[in-house]
Amino acid sequence: MDRITNKKRDLKSMNDNGTLLSVRDLSTHFFTEEGVVKAVQDVGFSIKRGRTFALVGESGCGKTVTALSIMRLVPAPQGRIAGGEIVLEGKNLLELSERRMREVRGHKIAMIFQEHRSSLNPVHTVGSQIAEAVKLHQKRSSREAWTDAVEMLRNAGIADAAERAREYPHQFSGGMCQRVMIAMAVSCEPALLIADEPTTALDVTIQGRILDLLDELQRENGMSILLITHDLGIVAQRADDVAVMYASRIVESADSQRLFAKPLHPYTQGLWESLPRLGFSGRRLRTIPGVVPEPLRFPAGCKFHPRCPKGRSDRRCQSIEPELREVEAGRCVACWHARGYESTL
Amino acid sequence: MTTYIIRRLLYCVPIVFGVLLLTFVLFVVIGGDISIEIAGKGASQETIDEIREEYGLNEPLFLGWDSQFINHFKNALTFDFGRARDRELVIDKIKRGVGPSLALTVPMFFAVVVIAVSLSLVIAFVHGSMWDIFAVVVCIAGMSVPFLSFILFGQYFLAYKWGLFPIFFSSDLTMAQNVALPVLIGVAAGLGGNVRFYRTVMLDEMGRDYVRTAFAKGLSARRVLFKHVLKNALIPIITRMAMAIPFLFLGSLLLERFFGIPGLGYLMVEAIGARDYSVISAMTYISAIFFVVFNLITDICYSLVDPRVSLE
Repeated sequence: MDRITNKKRDLKSMNDNGTLLSVRDLSTHFFTEEGVVKAVQDVGFSIKRGRTFALVGESGCGKTVTALSIMRLVPAPQGRIAGGEIVLEGKNLLELSERRMREVRGHKIAMIFQEHRSSLNPVHTVGSQIAEAVKLHQKRSSREAWTDAVEMLRNAGIADAAERAREYPHQFSGGMCQRVMIAMAVSCEPALLIADEPTTALDVTIQGRILDLLDELQRENGMSILLITHDLGIVAQRADDVAVMYASRIVESADSQRLFAKPLHPYTQGLWESLPRLGFSGRRLRTIPGVVPEPLRFPAGCKFHPRCPKGRSDRRCQSIEPELREVEAGRCVACWHARGYESTL
Repeated sequence: MTTYIIRRLLYCVPIVFGVLLLTFVLFVVIGGDISIEIAGKGASQETIDEIREEYGLNEPLFLGWDSQFINHFKNALTFDFGRARDRELVIDKIKRGVGPSLALTVPMFFAVVVIAVSLSLVIAFVHGSMWDIFAVVVCIAGMSVPFLSFILFGQYFLAYKWGLFPIFFSSDLTMAQNVALPVLIGVAAGLGGNVRFYRTVMLDEMGRDYVRTAFAKGLSARRVLFKHVLKNALIPIITRMAMAIPFLFLGSLLLERFFGIPGLGYLMVEAIGARDYSVISAMTYISAIFFVVFNLITDICYSLVDPRVSLE
């Protein structure tokens, strides 16, 4: 408990809205036999302390690769971070040695994954898997680490934590596995928790509880959360800031209130309109025509133009890719047709 | 657990029955009357009749309590396999051969497993690099060279030309000296296929989600490999090992033949050459029993390694 209160005081003393992590011009490429897959291109955003930042987009748009790049866990040897900076508390993670990076992983930045069950090792007890991280980063004895692990499981809402710590992942339900993953991730009180589609594979009722758990832990520990999801409902409820990704690039970013009030990019608008809302019964939901382009066959110009109501007939959209520009304070968009976009230069 | 083992042992009954039926049909019914061959050329009808009496060949094949079929079963279940062509008890021959065979195959087996698993861990660690490609090429080359070439190379160069090892089995030497070169050859020949197999197993495991989690915790690659990957990889490793163990008792046909090691492989080759059905049938029966037993042991091992497997 002491550690938590100390940390809270530390947080207070610091600038509350200080930046914890900033990603600048990140590009991550995969070198495959068919060619170079540019999964992430010139992505930049920053995450404030104690806040939740959501990265939204359809599957395959590069969200997960962005997260893995931050952890420097892009699957080698095909995957490589081609450029950019990832600055955590003033240090560029891309310049750290592998040994120093290991001290960051699990300790400063922890990550939970969408595949909650397979992300746990089937042949070790859940308790030992949590204790392993505690032992490594908090320099504790095995027994202390185990006690901590049980405590973490209890905090994550697992009943009979002491007994259940001795069980194996296959004895847990899907939602329980995700709780175990969360317990493992927050066991070393990370400054940043990356949650990659944390609730996608879960029932709706359990989704809410898992997100509540994350909120609660965030309030206790004051950690920042990078929430990766395709579910706009979750974003609207939980995120402070949002970036929308499409085909390897960020196309729009803002704080969530402004973004939801008035999306600027046609893609974001399309996503919004495809969302069911109260009071709009009787009207069919709109869909975005077409499919996400494959990374090896990205269209020229703006990558969204073949699916965009404006871009389909606009020469400029078809030939020149718009970069992400700040159109209002704290509000960025990458679209030739967005209001105020051209006057920013 | 106990009930599981008992149930599994009951399943073995029809398998053993099938094996005995097959060996009976092959070696007694189809193999036919061997008394003339045993008696040799120019033997009198009297001698042949005596032999027929002694080997029980006068009894009916199937009908009656004293039929050859029932006797075949009774003998097998009591491990009484009768006499070989040279009139020695088959069971004595087998007992004599087991020692040298195991002296050859057991060190060979463990050396191959230990070296191949360690190498495959190292290769999994550097996978995708030039070292990995190099290792795979060497493995495939090793697999492609016929076993006989390994034997001939070893015997000609290492033993004959350079005199590092005895060329042929000799009872004056210790067993260790006698089997040193055959073991070395066996290991060299076996490594290629085994390293390649275990490498695939390791890489399979390396690609799993829990490995990513382990790295995300900040564990070192070494710890991830030894604590997380190896324990999961044990499941296919145990399968492969358990399937190989019955063969250890059968010895190595080629190595024993080439180096004159008086083991079970040698015994088998000789028995086949001499149409010594009682020996062949006994060896077949014994190896079938080993297979059944080790299959059971494999399943028990699974439950020890993998918490998801329970034997109830």
